[in-house]
Amino acid sequence: MPSPPLTVKSMTMGEAGLMSVFAVSAYVCFFAGAMGHDSAFSFHALLASAASLAAASVILNRYYERPAQLPPAQIKGRPNYNLAPIKFASVMAMFWGIAGFSVGVFIASQLAWPALNFDLPWTSFGRLRPLHTSAVIFAFGGNVLIATSFYVVQKTCRTRLAGDLAPWFVVVGYNFFILIAGTGYLFGATQSKEYAEPEWYADLWLTIVWVTYLIVFLATLVKRKEPHIFVANWFYLAFIVTIAVLHLGNNPALPVSVFGSKSYIAWGGVQDAMFQWWYGHNAVGFFLTAGFLAIMYYFIPKRAERPVYSYRLSIIHFWALIFLYIWAGPHHLHYTALPDWTQTLGMTFSIMLWMPSWGGMINGLMTLSGAWDKLRTDPVLRMLVVSVAFYGMSTFEGPTMAIKVVNSLSHYTDWTVGHVHSGALGWVGFVSFGALYCLIPWLWNRELYSLKLVNWHFWIASIGIVLYISAMWVSGVLQGLMWRAYTSLGFLEYSFIESVEAMHPFYIIRAAGGAMFLIGALIMAANLWMTVNAKQTDQIKDTGALQVAE
Amino acid sequence: MSLWNRHKIFEKNSIILIAGILAVIAIGGLVEITPLFYLKSTIEVVEGVRPYTPLELAGRNIYVREGCYVCHSQMIRPLRDEVERYGHYSLAAESMYDHPFQWGSKRTGPDLARVGAKYSDEWHVTHLTNPRAIVPRSVMPGYPRLAHTELDLTDMAAHLRTNRAVGVPYTEDQIKNAVTDLKTQLDPDSADLASFQKRYPKAAVRNFDGSVGNPTELDALIAYLQMLGTLIDFKLYDEKANLR
Repeated sequence: MPSPPLTVKSMTMGEAGLMSVFAVSAYVCFFAGAMGHDSAFSFHALLASAASLAAASVILNRYYERPAQLPPAQIKGRPNYNLAPIKFASVMAMFWGIAGFSVGVFIASQLAWPALNFDLPWTSFGRLRPLHTSAVIFAFGGNVLIATSFYVVQKTCRTRLAGDLAPWFVVVGYNFFILIAGTGYLFGATQSKEYAEPEWYADLWLTIVWVTYLIVFLATLVKRKEPHIFVANWFYLAFIVTIAVLHLGNNPALPVSVFGSKSYIAWGGVQDAMFQWWYGHNAVGFFLTAGFLAIMYYFIPKRAERPVYSYRLSIIHFWALIFLYIWAGPHHLHYTALPDWTQTLGMTFSIMLWMPSWGGMINGLMTLSGAWDKLRTDPVLRMLVVSVAFYGMSTFEGPTMAIKVVNSLSHYTDWTVGHVHSGALGWVGFVSFGALYCLIPWLWNRELYSLKLVNWHFWIASIGIVLYISAMWVSGVLQGLMWRAYTSLGFLEYSFIESVEAMHPFYIIRAAGGAMFLIGALIMAANLWMTVNAKQTDQIKDTGALQVAE
Repeated sequence: MSLWNRHKIFEKNSIILIAGILAVIAIGGLVEITPLFYLKSTIEVVEGVRPYTPLELAGRNIYVREGCYVCHSQMIRPLRDEVERYGHYSLAAESMYDHPFQWGSKRTGPDLARVGAKYSDEWHVTHLTNPRAIVPRSVMPGYPRLAHTELDLTDMAAHLRTNRAVGVPYTEDQIKNAVTDLKTQLDPDSADLASFQKRYPKAAVRNFDGSVGNPTELDALIAYLQMLGTLIDFKLYDEKANLR
């Protein structure tokens, strides 16, 4: 046996650099915290100071404990995949998912029983609603995307993730952003731009983390051992780079003081509205669609053990989807002070968007051809496939609602909320659950503890979704019709509060649906907990990268 | 060689792939957003629209902080029922000084674009403290603390200056007198009343929360709500003026 080469252990540039940056940041943030003009800013600065200190000492500790050489890129000719940051992000995804669903159930209940606001600032609906949306979209969804993208890019490129500390910086830094954003809402630190509420310093931090994410992902692609970039990676790359562009475009803001949380956004009025919904709709298009389509393109073929249905369809799907999505934002601003031509463009492209969306759905569903029987026996695959069906449903509903005459009824009502949740619970939720049910056993090299529990999760959550979205359809259409109802004498028939009263039963049904979805997630967490803590098995085979069909 | 083979260039070069993605996603945004900074209908100037007074701005910041936009829109669409329920449809000019805009996306509660002067100050005081005291079936949270929380005046001038930096035409005079103006708007007997009214023509001056003592957050929020949608006199507004 050859003796290991003798190397003197020394700090890498990354370790030394990052440690000094965090040491300086611990000091600066402490100073900023002491100077803070408001409690949100001071709290966040002190939190950042403590986190920097912790990060610096963790890096130092890691340096002392690690062997002289960094982990090799290959062991015995096989790629030495970097899985630990992925494990961290998957666990965080499950944690934030349950937190976000719980807040959702709570605020849904507030709308049915307003006493639950407790008349306290930090428990009122207005502050908790962004907490819910950010927790489910960015915390739950974001961690799923980072975890799966780091996994998929390594496996399909047959190479170790680029960077040593960088992947850790991405996963931990991103979750620190979530912490800052979420606690900020409770303090009332918000830009009030939907799905982009975090204040300026959180935005700056996210920019640093996100650019690192892009670099790690791209660098891994660059050093791939496979000649072709697998289709899932196109979608991940489009998601990462477009979210960076959207984030920068929507968030330029000037703080009132560098020691305060409040800032004013550079854009105003109608321009701000257009920037906001260009961002907002493409947060749906690239975060909640492109990113999760990447999951579909890897996990469904993998789980079904079938190649992707059509390579050509995936090319059309990809380019058409990313080109058309960007135009669709103005459908959030129909009949507003935005010029008519912009609204019409938004509507037209939204309708056209139906085609690539369904092309993608077909590509996902038809991947099952020859393996449809697995839907009976594998509830994880069933969850993934049903998510694609929900994707198809909401991408048909979306273009419908983008038509101006339909929108004149649906806009401002619960129909929008129902539409969002058929996409969020049915598509994003289920595809994420399916991916985590695959990923956790792969990462920890275990068998999934119980398929029976997955089956329970699937059915409880499905019934929950149906209750949720049908309640919102009925209440939304009812609201819209009541607002525009006229008596035979030509007067408005209902006062606004009568429409609020009419919503009450539907709000209760919605909260019940949401609670069922939450129960499903709790079953899942228990199942995954048992999986990770079970005895190790050696039966998991490594099948490597997937080939697409011609 | 078929067209499909040409796609290989994207599949084999990550940099070309990322360049392709950036090019494709840039087009839609550029076409839809850039003209909005130049078109007459989106940068129209309408008689009566003025920047917020310091008190109104402070109230607006509370409106933002509490997430009111989550349930209340400020955008009346030109539809028969909306115009009859809420008033004249909203103009782009009415939110030109709004950083950020507050058009909203959901009406769990009614639109507030023209709620100003619709109800009395006392109505707002009671309603914000306990909505169900006035509207028994309301689902709005109560905000009893606003009446007991003193308004933070420390950075008032900086707030106006920051707004000026992002395009709101506050004058040096307005910035310098920010705190004075804020207090003057609450006190019709103030010695500074005349100069305040010169700086902010037609701004309402009164004790909004009806209680004596230092300015409260309730004062500011009600001052903001009471001016919403009141700046333009639609008897004089010429809707054809901005047509090409």
